[in-house]
Amino acid sequence: MSRILPLRLERVGYAAGGKTLVHDLDVMFEEGPRTVILGPNGAGKSLTLRLCHGLIQPTTGRIVWQGAASASAQRRQAMVFQRPVMLRRSVAANVDYALALAGVAAAERRARIADALEQTRLADLADRPARVLSIGEQQRLALARVWALQVEIVFLDEPTASLDPGATRAVEAIVNAMDAAGTKIVMTTHDLGQARRMADEILFLHQGRLIERAPVDEFFARPRTREAQAFVRGELLPI
Amino acid sequence: MSDLTAAFASALVFGLDADLGRIVLLSLRVSLSAVAIAAIIGLPLGAALAVFRFPGRRAIVIAVNAMMGLPPVVVGLIVYLLLSRAGPFGVFGLLFTPTAMIIAQAILIAPLIAALARQLVEDMWAEYEEQLRSLGAGAGRALWTLLWDGRFSLLTVVLAGFGRAIAEVGAVMIVGGNIDQVTRVMTTAIALETSKGDLALALGLGIILIALALAINATAFSINLVLRERQG
Amino acid sequence: MVRRTLLIAALLIVALPTAAADRFITVASTTSTQDSGLFGHILPLFRAKTGIEVRVVALGTGQAIKLAERGDADVLLVHHKPSEEKFVADGFGVKRLDVMYNDFVLIGPTADPAGIKNGRDIAAALAKIAATKAPFASRGDNSGTHLAELDLWKAAGIDAKAASTGWYRSLGSGMGPTLNTAAGMNAHVVSDRATWANFKNRQGLTILVEGDTRLFNQYGVVPVNPARHAHVKARDGQAFVDWLITPGGQAAIATYKIGGEQLFFPNAKKESS
Repeated sequence: MSRILPLRLERVGYAAGGKTLVHDLDVMFEEGPRTVILGPNGAGKSLTLRLCHGLIQPTTGRIVWQGAASASAQRRQAMVFQRPVMLRRSVAANVDYALALAGVAAAERRARIADALEQTRLADLADRPARVLSIGEQQRLALARVWALQVEIVFLDEPTASLDPGATRAVEAIVNAMDAAGTKIVMTTHDLGQARRMADEILFLHQGRLIERAPVDEFFARPRTREAQAFVRGELLPI
Repeated sequence: MSDLTAAFASALVFGLDADLGRIVLLSLRVSLSAVAIAAIIGLPLGAALAVFRFPGRRAIVIAVNAMMGLPPVVVGLIVYLLLSRAGPFGVFGLLFTPTAMIIAQAILIAPLIAALARQLVEDMWAEYEEQLRSLGAGAGRALWTLLWDGRFSLLTVVLAGFGRAIAEVGAVMIVGGNIDQVTRVMTTAIALETSKGDLALALGLGIILIALALAINATAFSINLVLRERQG
Repeated sequence: MVRRTLLIAALLIVALPTAAADRFITVASTTSTQDSGLFGHILPLFRAKTGIEVRVVALGTGQAIKLAERGDADVLLVHHKPSEEKFVADGFGVKRLDVMYNDFVLIGPTADPAGIKNGRDIAAALAKIAATKAPFASRGDNSGTHLAELDLWKAAGIDAKAASTGWYRSLGSGMGPTLNTAAGMNAHVVSDRATWANFKNRQGLTILVEGDTRLFNQYGVVPVNPARHAHVKARDGQAFVDWLITPGGQAAIATYKIGGEQLFFPNAKKESS
């Protein structure tokens, strides 16, 4: 199967309400490294993910998926939101819904659901109503949905921001398992610790601009820009 | 006070009456059918107004909201003119039949169901939109997902429609004609007894009607509760 | 499971066929014949004899005539001769026949503020009501009773309409609701005797004037003209009209009583215009 990666953002900008929120992003996302988009609140991290995922359209520039497969790009990527949205049905049915939308045949869906729930340790809860799960379990279910979809790239928007440490650890483990299974990870966070744990490479965003891009070790050891240095030291940056 | 006592007495006595049984059944049949038809039309319409963005949407929303207050007598009159032998649908001979009453009540409550459903689904859409679009759901698919996910709340909407239908007298009186054993329902029977000056009997029938509405709402509420607990 | 059961139950109720006879006619008539219980008495007798179910839509005479003009009834049975004759003359009806009569009565407060109790002259009584500005409740709905009442005011030489913001109240309601309102206002009101006899919410009202020949209330029956409305069930409608004027039908009318009091008096002629 031809790949949709790499994903290229060419001078992508986004403005709303007369304000430019994302400026001239030129980025390439390639297979392999786990990319963490780091930055303070309001840096434009979420907007960048939404632009990539196609939930909003750039006001300038363009977003380019790879060649022949670009037409089906929407089906080969997924997004996990900070607050997962659970449909009012069982855990298994939530996964099934995503698969049905993706056009997966019913016979295959069953196997994929079982596998995804196994991977996210939700198998025991398969018949539970999704809405009564804890928030951590719900986020795992959101990941199960992505797992079952077998996408090439997943965008995760602060997936652990509302979780306690235990649930955070579980989510991070699943994300790493996805990475190991070959799914490209693009994740936002404002949490330095999580960035150190989860990133292979860091994109540092500030005030809607990409300020620095570096492998994780290099970024934390020798941040090049003043803003990144301040952020790594744990100082507050002006929004 | 003695009127009230007499009303309760006649409610008890007439509760066992065969004529009353027929009237109650017809009331239920007409209003439940009307609510079913109105829901089939109103729920998707309301959801569509919540999900789809198109020019003139706001005007339609306002119009549908305003039609929540359609006067039953006017609806009855319009349906009468349509179904009358001299009217465009006269050939079907539907006037003074339960079918005519169902049509009138469905027209009466479909806007109510659509307007309330629109509000409810719009709130849900705010929560669901990104997730559903991310999963690749088009607006049409999203619409059905929202209706299904909102089913417990939407039941209340449907019950509101049922309440308006079963309590309505103006429209069914005109298009049904209050014909004994054919189109007489609870409300028209109450109107008839009132015009005969038999206020106690009229009130007794009223008490039965209220009890009926209460029973239906209680049943729906309990089922809703059980299902909600089971499905979250 | 529960949902499926409910769905099936709902469908059953919706799909339930109407328990209706194949053979029926629709009669547009007045509230007085319905509310007095007359139809409840005579229609089962007709049905037993012919197998034809009669469905009655009870309205004011004016409304009933409009309904029949639109072809929504097979037979018209009302009580305002000039309107009925016009209905026939305009080609909507086949032929008008006298069926029965009763009479109107003037109802008013037992305290009798206008001083008209036990009078025999309806015009004089109405004149007194107007002179004392005693409250009067009018149907105001273009019904047979309303039209008759207007004729009575004319006979009394009083323009009641001019007083419609004061003591004369035009209600625009059926006989029953008008009596209810009159009882509440303690007002005078012209009613047909049958509705009054069957009326239970009398409060402080009683009959003040009756027996004047001008209070005569004739009911006529007209089969709707099939030449005008092809779908009209002319044969069964005619069967009902024929039965009403036979000795059998006339006797059925005569035997209907409330509290021993006969309410309608059959007076069909063999030949009528």
